[in-house]
Amino acid sequence: MAIFVDDSTKVVVQGITGRDGGFHSGEMLAYGTKIVAGVTPGRGGQKFQDQVPVYDTVKEAVSEQGANTSVIFVPPFGAAGAIYEAADAGCKLIVCITEGVPTVDMVKVMPYLEERGARLIGPNCPGLLAPGIAKLGILPTSIVKEGPVGLVSRSGTLTYEVVYQLSAAGLGQTTCLGIGGDPIIGTTFMDAIIAFNEDPKTEAFVMIGEIGGDAEEQAAEYIKANVKKPVVSFIAGQTAPPGKKMGHAGAIVSGGSGTAAEKTKALEAAGIPVAERPMDIVPRLQEIWKK
Amino acid sequence: MNIHEYQGKEIFTGFGLPVPGGTAVQTVEEAVASAKEYGLPVMVKSQVLIGGRGKAGGVKFCETIEDVKENATNILGMDIKGHTVRTVLITPAVDIDSEFYIGMLIDRNTKRIMLMASAEGGIEIEKVAKDTPELIFKQIIDPRFGLLDHEAMDMGMRLCPDDIKKARQLASAMQKLYVAFVESDASMAEINPWIFTPEGVGHAIDAKVSLDDNAMFRHPAYEALRDLEAEDPSERAAREAGLSFVKLSGNVGCLVNGAGLAMATMDLVKYYGGQPANFLDIGGSSNPEKVVNALNIILADKEVKAILFNIFGGITRCDDVANGIIAATNSMDIDVPIVVRLIGTNEEEGRALLANTDLVSAETMDEVVKKAIELAG
Repeated sequence: MAIFVDDSTKVVVQGITGRDGGFHSGEMLAYGTKIVAGVTPGRGGQKFQDQVPVYDTVKEAVSEQGANTSVIFVPPFGAAGAIYEAADAGCKLIVCITEGVPTVDMVKVMPYLEERGARLIGPNCPGLLAPGIAKLGILPTSIVKEGPVGLVSRSGTLTYEVVYQLSAAGLGQTTCLGIGGDPIIGTTFMDAIIAFNEDPKTEAFVMIGEIGGDAEEQAAEYIKANVKKPVVSFIAGQTAPPGKKMGHAGAIVSGGSGTAAEKTKALEAAGIPVAERPMDIVPRLQEIWKK
Repeated sequence: MNIHEYQGKEIFTGFGLPVPGGTAVQTVEEAVASAKEYGLPVMVKSQVLIGGRGKAGGVKFCETIEDVKENATNILGMDIKGHTVRTVLITPAVDIDSEFYIGMLIDRNTKRIMLMASAEGGIEIEKVAKDTPELIFKQIIDPRFGLLDHEAMDMGMRLCPDDIKKARQLASAMQKLYVAFVESDASMAEINPWIFTPEGVGHAIDAKVSLDDNAMFRHPAYEALRDLEAEDPSERAAREAGLSFVKLSGNVGCLVNGAGLAMATMDLVKYYGGQPANFLDIGGSSNPEKVVNALNIILADKEVKAILFNIFGGITRCDDVANGIIAATNSMDIDVPIVVRLIGTNEEEGRALLANTDLVSAETMDEVVKKAIELAG
């Protein structure tokens, strides 16, 4: 078991014929992900890698191939449009990898998704990898391992670093999830934590936050009140100067709030250990997780 | 991207918000000429991308042309919290009877645009939020319908319960501000203060606007609003090269792929007693040219005594980064040591490429950071 995906996950990749979309669709297929269709308007009728049919619209991919999940590699100006299309066609899980989507576009997309009961992961995220089940996005498969740990993060490569260390220590994962670094994202820390808490296969989990917003503080409160599984956290951006956007559109300390220190304090107050360095995450987890 | 008051007011004017006229000028002579054109009294307002201009003496009321001369002379060239004043806004002074705050921002929790308003105008809203949060009213806006009439009117009545005419003006201003926010792809827009004159006429007499960098492709004209002089030269070069970069004051240059890992790397430099020289995310693409540009930007900082690469390949391929490092070191005169850690997609190919160079290699994040600090001395 994993969160948000299972054996019935059938993927359509929007932007499958692009450079990044093509490369990563190949990687997803190689991992055994059921990519049943691709979509690139104007390329309908072609085949990706001689096996995956390409359609002009998501609607066709859904009706012809039964796709229920979309992974989006469409440039920023078309990303919101691609999300609307996937939701309208009936995809219930939509993973948007695209970085640089205008925030107002995402604000407008949200009620559309809520009405259709579709879950969005991202944008500006590495997606999700459930070891042994499916890879939806760009997380490198070489570093993951099947096992009992859940991982949720606002970052991409920092997630890889932590997954790598978990696997090296023999701690496999149920699901590795990158929720993205933008101010408006579909699936939040809270959504992921609730899902990990309910997932019987996930025995413990790691939450990797960063400066900006107060999602970590909210998660801390929720965990304190509802979660019995061991949780360890890490917050990136202790040394970030205020008022500067640290790469991610959402990673900014503004008006003195959203600092790493505040988040660390809130997490620790909720009894959640906060690792000082990425390499302390595994030992801290092992400390509190008596198997 | 933060823009100046006068630029924000131009955007507001385009969406029908009442803004007193004004001219942005760079010299005392121009200041005097505009003051004469508008007629006295006028305000001379420094245009810098930082708050607290009034307190710093950067906003002055002028009753005479002599006042204009004196204040413009003092304010032009003034340093406000590290920002040099190069432009002042000359604007007609209006009589103020009452002041309000109207602001809009992206609310991460509801995933909507949020309107905030308060009768405590003219002071920093962060201070009001901290000391008397009950005096700030909020309205979450449904993007399908925009700020509806009754929602805007409700806010107007909360701010001016005893004056329906003023409440209506406020409601109208809030609806226009919402349209301006969405149409210009703002990430934040504030009118502080919105004022009423003793005659009951409303004006937006300040504008603080931040535009979404991700939406600039829709607004090519806004590129001209960027204050290139106020930007750090290295940050400007990085932006033009498509790199995410923030200059810091240390001596360990950091090139990392991914913002989270880049922040964590900086934090680790500090943890081991070093000082990071910068935040730099080379991004998710696999373009060797980016590495060359990144190295150029970091090496322009003469404080940098060692450079570290911390690359975890995913969408980025380690061999591309290695090729970039080799291309850069071959084409440039680099006299600081470089420590490289490559892991993830195509790491073996990447390491093989670097094997015959004099770059220092490291296996882990801890190791690359420690070695770089040591080499920086």
